[in-house]
Amino acid sequence: MLDFSLTEEQQQAAAMVREFGEKEILPTIKEYDRQQTMNPAALPRMAELGILGINIPVRYGGQGFDYVTLGLVCEELERIDTTLRVVMSVHMGLNSMGVLQWGGEEQKQRFLTPQARGEKYAAFGLTEPGAGSDVAGLRSTARKDGGDYIINGEKMWISLATKAHHVLWFAKTDPNAKPAHAGLTAFMVETDMRGVTTGDIHGKLGVRAGSTGWVNCQDVRVPAANRIGEEGEGFKIAMSCLDNGRYTVASGATGLTRACLEASVRYAKERETFGRPIADYQLIQQKIAWMQQWYDVSRLLYLQVGWLKNQGIRNTREVSMAKWYATDHSFKAAHEAIQVHGAYGFSDEYDVERYLRNGRGAIIYEGTSEIHQLMQAAYAFGERQDKPLRCELPAYDEAFWQG
Amino acid sequence: MKVVVCTKQTPSTTADLTVNPDGSVSWEDPGGKPNVVNPWDEYSIEEGIRLKENHGASDVIAITMGSEESQEALKTALAMGCTEAILLSDAAFAGVDTLGTAKVLAAAINKVEDVQIAIFGKSAIDGDTGQTAVQTACQLGWTPLTFVSAITAVGDGQITVERLLDDGKETVTAPLPVVISTVKEINEPRYPSFMGIRKASRATIPVWAAGDLSLNSVGSKVDWSKVYALPPREGSVEIIEGDSVQEKAAKLVAKLFEEKVI
Ligand SMILES: Cc1cc2nc3c(=O)[nH]c(=O)nc-3n(C[C@H](O)[C@H](O)[C@H](O)COP(=O)(O)OP(=O)(O)OC[C@H]3O[C@@H](n4cnc5c(N)ncnc54)[C@H](O)[C@@H]3O)c2cc1C
Ligand SMILES: Cc1cc2nc3c(=O)[nH]c(=O)nc-3n(C[C@H](O)[C@H](O)[C@H](O)COP(=O)(O)OP(=O)(O)OC[C@H]3O[C@@H](n4cnc5c(N)ncnc54)[C@H](O)[C@@H]3O)c2cc1C
Repeated sequence: MLDFSLTEEQQQAAAMVREFGEKEILPTIKEYDRQQTMNPAALPRMAELGILGINIPVRYGGQGFDYVTLGLVCEELERIDTTLRVVMSVHMGLNSMGVLQWGGEEQKQRFLTPQARGEKYAAFGLTEPGAGSDVAGLRSTARKDGGDYIINGEKMWISLATKAHHVLWFAKTDPNAKPAHAGLTAFMVETDMRGVTTGDIHGKLGVRAGSTGWVNCQDVRVPAANRIGEEGEGFKIAMSCLDNGRYTVASGATGLTRACLEASVRYAKERETFGRPIADYQLIQQKIAWMQQWYDVSRLLYLQVGWLKNQGIRNTREVSMAKWYATDHSFKAAHEAIQVHGAYGFSDEYDVERYLRNGRGAIIYEGTSEIHQLMQAAYAFGERQDKPLRCELPAYDEAFWQG
Repeated sequence: MKVVVCTKQTPSTTADLTVNPDGSVSWEDPGGKPNVVNPWDEYSIEEGIRLKENHGASDVIAITMGSEESQEALKTALAMGCTEAILLSDAAFAGVDTLGTAKVLAAAINKVEDVQIAIFGKSAIDGDTGQTAVQTACQLGWTPLTFVSAITAVGDGQITVERLLDDGKETVTAPLPVVISTVKEINEPRYPSFMGIRKASRATIPVWAAGDLSLNSVGSKVDWSKVYALPPREGSVEIIEGDSVQEKAAKLVAKLFEEKVI
């Protein structure tokens, strides 16, 4: 059975999100990008419209749509601005879906439900000043103290750092564990807990209309009820969260490529040189054809991952490929789009320079392109196999999701 | 109290109208956008839903006369929050004029029963006559309230609305039932909700044909005997030169008199 059609529901949901982005975000995005602040209406509106809970079961406060719809929504959001999709990557992919996969029932009520309703915003705290790709090298600690844990450490480059209410925090409960990653544990840190401080980073190359910052925990007392999964399961949890976050990054980058393609097609027809629209020149046509190719391939790759998730099939390799391909090519697409626009592409009067700056970060976060290449090679050499997890991401079950 | 919202499906706002040499008309969207709910009707649909939310209407029923494809417009209305939708479709309705359209819509509104308010948009972006609402009111024998920019009160068998006119606003009260046509100042239409989208995509929309409405012949008084494209407008630009602003202005005024513009 091979079926490439999207349901009416999926298409309409994407259309609604497109309309929201075009009407409410696009008109002012350049201003917020220049000011390096987030449109204050963005998160509340995404919450109100249900976007922040799109693929979470209705019983947990979500909208009950499937994983494919999440991808389509991310594509539409990043076609408008990468910062909107980043919200979905951390709030939904890296945090909420992690709770859906690994959280206990009480945690789903206490964390997932308000997150899906958009009453609480969620972030993902893995990276530290001294550890990014090398997750097991993180320094943050969680020391058991009676029924609680005391968390200390600093997280860096955290999207929504200053907006989030809940941060999925990875710390070492056993700093001497061998291998080191076996000593990691995940916690839901609530940012109103005593000892939590946050701040934004300014002067970023891209995603300037978003929030990226740091979160610091100093002797923060976290009840054991906030521990997600068991002690020592933190690394597995982080990796499964990334399987979901990467899906949103891949689908979002596909939207960025589409934005580049659309802008270039429009401009190529308008701009004339030597008495003809530049669209008439084969070297320009080639750039358009590339962008179309990159868009098509990226989209097929992410939709395949959406389908695997719907079926409940592990997709670590496929999602890594989709993320790597889609982000590398969205950046290339932005580069070509600027070229199509000539000097105007170099100015923030047009959108394409923002696409380039925004597309750059995705080649670094959620696994740098180098890390994805290492992963692909390791699978190809048979050095890497996905072992079953204690908790798998649940397959999409319409009756359960909508019941 | 039931509310009916009459809506039709139109080409997208970015579609281009082409009159073909044989006089047939086609609308093509350069970006391939699909047909949409007539954009002016987003306001009337929103207002219908608000009558349910704020003024105790029991049902908000969206009605379209059109082809099978225009179901899509009704689905949008359902996804926004209308409680029901009905498609009026019959070979006999194809290509009728606004009066014929009004007859069909009036018959459907009567068949629904207990309708107190029928809402329309200002006009349809394709046909753009702006006649259908008033003609439907005439067929029903109800009071037409056009260019409505606010519904301020509904109750005790009457309705009070604000009408936005060229010279200002007018507040009028009329006994129910009424036919209303809305302007865009009346509200800010909502998007379809995700839950609404799901409900709409699963809905089976009933289709009423001429027989269901006991209409024998709809008949058109107006027919489109010839359709032709407007000749393209010719224009040119002339820059008025002069040493000072005063001199330029004086030359411009002289020129405007000469050309009998003023
Ligand atoms: C805009 C933005 C948002 C972010 N949001 C979040 C967030 O919400 N939460 C979060 O936890 N983190 C977030 N990050 C952090 C991001 O995930 C890390 O930056 C990323 O994992 C890379 O880590 P690093 O920056 O420490 O680079 P390093 O790991 O120090 O890598 C430096 C370079 O070395 C390369 N490299 C490293 N190891 C190898 C190797 N074995 N072989 C070959 N090359 C290698 C890398 O590919 C890279 O080119 C964000 C980053 C950005 C830019
Ligand atoms: C194939 C074709 C052939 C046609 N031939 C003729 C012709 O021969 N003579 C002629 O005069 N006109 C003809 N028309 C135009 C047609 O009569 C009008 O499109 C129609 O009557 C509605 O008028 P309008 O578009 O001006 O709507 P308006 O009066 O501008 O619309 C006002 C309001 O009424 C609503 N409304 C309009 N139509 C409907 C509907 N069908 N169902 C529900 N609500 C509706 C609109 O959505 C809007 O809210 C033809 C149209 C088509 C598609």
